[in-house]
Amino acid sequence: MTGALNDLRVIELCNEAGAWAGKLLADMGADVIKVEPPAGSLTRTYAPFYKDVPHLDRSLTYWHYNTSKRGITLDLEQEAGREAFRALVASADVLIEDQAPGQMATWGLDYPDLSTLNPKLIMTSITPFGRSGPRSTEQATDLTLLAGGGPVWSCGYDDHSLPPVRGGGNQGYQTGCHWAVVTTLIAVLHRDFTGEGQHLDVNMHAAQNVTTEAASYQWLVARETVQRQTGRHAGVIPSQPVQVLAGDGRYVTTGFAPRRPGQIRTLLDWLDEIGIREEFESWPLLELGANLDHDITMAGIQEGGEDAMIYGAVRDSLVFIAEHITAYEFFVGTQSRDMQCGLIYSPDEVVEDRHFLERGWPTPVEHPELGETFIYPGAPYRMPASPWQIYRRAPLLGEHTTEVLAEIGLGAQEQSLRASGVIA
Amino acid sequence: MAAKALAPIRIVDFSGVLAGAGATRILAAFGAQVIRIENPANNGAWDPIRASPPFKDERRGHNFGGGWNNHNVEKLGVTLNMGTKKGKEIFPRLVAMADIVAENFAAGVMERLGFGYEQLKAIKPDIIYLSNCGFGATGPYQPFKTWGPIVQAISGLTYTSGLAGEAPAGWGYSYMDHGGAYYGATAMLAALHHRHKTGEGQWLDLACTEAASTLTGASILDYTVNGRRTRSESGVDSNRGNEAPMAPHNVYAADGEDEWVAIACRTDAEWAALAREVGGSALDPRYATYEGRQANRDAVEALVGDWTRTRGKYDTQHRLQDLGIPCAAVQQPEERIDKDPNTSAWGMWPTVTHSAMGEVRVDGIPVHLSKTDWQIARGAPCLGEHNDIVFGEMLGMSAEEIAELKAEGVL
Repeated sequence: MTGALNDLRVIELCNEAGAWAGKLLADMGADVIKVEPPAGSLTRTYAPFYKDVPHLDRSLTYWHYNTSKRGITLDLEQEAGREAFRALVASADVLIEDQAPGQMATWGLDYPDLSTLNPKLIMTSITPFGRSGPRSTEQATDLTLLAGGGPVWSCGYDDHSLPPVRGGGNQGYQTGCHWAVVTTLIAVLHRDFTGEGQHLDVNMHAAQNVTTEAASYQWLVARETVQRQTGRHAGVIPSQPVQVLAGDGRYVTTGFAPRRPGQIRTLLDWLDEIGIREEFESWPLLELGANLDHDITMAGIQEGGEDAMIYGAVRDSLVFIAEHITAYEFFVGTQSRDMQCGLIYSPDEVVEDRHFLERGWPTPVEHPELGETFIYPGAPYRMPASPWQIYRRAPLLGEHTTEVLAEIGLGAQEQSLRASGVIA
Repeated sequence: MAAKALAPIRIVDFSGVLAGAGATRILAAFGAQVIRIENPANNGAWDPIRASPPFKDERRGHNFGGGWNNHNVEKLGVTLNMGTKKGKEIFPRLVAMADIVAENFAAGVMERLGFGYEQLKAIKPDIIYLSNCGFGATGPYQPFKTWGPIVQAISGLTYTSGLAGEAPAGWGYSYMDHGGAYYGATAMLAALHHRHKTGEGQWLDLACTEAASTLTGASILDYTVNGRRTRSESGVDSNRGNEAPMAPHNVYAADGEDEWVAIACRTDAEWAALAREVGGSALDPRYATYEGRQANRDAVEALVGDWTRTRGKYDTQHRLQDLGIPCAAVQQPEERIDKDPNTSAWGMWPTVTHSAMGEVRVDGIPVHLSKTDWQIARGAPCLGEHNDIVFGEMLGMSAEEIAELKAEGVL
């Protein structure tokens, strides 16, 4: 393994909340050993499934969140399972777990127990509200974390009779995991410098609270409350709509309209290129704008008058252009004219985009047991001296139990562990 | 006071707004010395947040931006005009003392300044260089420019946030500026570990659109494996969700103006407990199983929504939490910041002292480390606040020399 973390062994005792943290470390080369109960992690039962056939080894959710890991089963309700777990942790650098507060102590596997076995251990505990203190016993899911922690308040529509929206894709869990990974790596560096291990307490509710951009600091600094708006920043002062349905039925986002005369000239030229200048009734205002001797300013727009009328026509012309071409043409057309606009792709469309393809982002992963290779999401960053990569597909249930037990000196016990149901 | 894990690390930092500044902020909170460089010629206006609202009081200008303070706590601030000959002579002296150079300029800016990775490496062979931009250092869209909402649109994050039958709602803030910052910090830390082992530095190329596209993975696999596209006539309904088999699962109206509460039933037992609260048709045996609730999803959601509508959001949260059901009020900023016992007990909103603004509260760090916990106490630097420390004490310039450079517009 050539990844940056190829000297680290990580034990991951995580279900849906923490698995993303293990994946991020594993794709950087860490030897991440995922410990599952003999029945398998609950996320193995999450749809969608390969060819829509439910099976513990066919969950695409599980596949995505568990690349590059090895997988073993251990029943931690049995002492023999806990013994094996201790041996595993003794061989490791990092333990990441997302068990309910108190569960690790109930098993006798909490930081005081494990750090006695392995003083250099870094243990990272991911819980909804932290390991102790107010609310630590509350139940949570990705949805409720995002609702209570701030993001949901800021997302949704101009029409406030519609509920605010929780963005899809487990972003609440993933945010908690990003913080777990960053701070675990800080602990790894501290260990590099001093040899010392420690225990990390990751609070996912707190993680959402500091992942809301201005919603928090608008309150902290000025005691002002932002209000949600369709497809754009929640704000104290309402802003203009930005989402437009393009000619091919996909949405684009227009962002800030241009305010420099040269850019306005570019828009006029573009209308001419498409052949729709005359259809756009406000084109004379664009002509005025293209001949201004100054840039239009926010202050000028607020004052009203000619600059405000010109700016309104500029905004309208962007919408008009978008409606007459495809979303992709609008995206590339604006960007190559030095305007920051975007196209609202659905996730599947990203893997077919030419920029992502040219950079080699879509990543093929072999599934030898199926005789197939599938495209997975690629690298979040390029680190050429220690490349990110997907080393292997997610483990089948218990796929590496035998080899891992042998590595930690418990190979001789495998049969008895299997007989007593400690391993599957 | 806790030991500072990253005290040995020095970062020469051009990175701004949130996607860049947010990354080095985290390392600064754990003791890294972050020297943020800004252009004196325009009072640091490259970073539009520097002079932008919110403001703590009636004072305005480049030392009073509330967001800028939030994103740059615990950093040192210097001015250096990289467009001048002397600026270009001084900068390498900082690089020579640094472990990391970080920036989130548009692609190609550092090369044009004469300080691309190869030049940085010539100055400091084991330098770690983080460049963070919308589409990365290569590829057909390399010249394109982005900010959070564009990154979110391109990556599928906007599309996957919305209600059925409506346009995408997207994210009501630059979620991916946070994401870019988290990934940027991760890359720098992993590269420091690699350097610790091997002595080798490297260029970290972070494209925010690629980073963002890692965050919708299960939807991508449903297409690449099963051929099923995410895009549909009705759009997604991300409040109902499809990540985990849970129903009901939604954001429901609560009593009061724009008041909402989120509920998720993970198991049939949790539904049974909720159904006893809701009563009436909720007890219909057809709804007893997840499959049954999915088959009658609209009816089940309506039953729960009719029940929540007449109750305060916190009443519902407390009652359902007592029953062990995941439930949370949709909290407004004031509620989660000033009234939520969890965030205050955590120390989530530390007060910093800013040389011009005075005392201001900022975002904390959502992790506590038993031996090397974070510290956020010093506010963001005023423009050029630490010129004397950095150019005087660290580079050994005399007071006269610094004054002269200031007069020449270099500092």
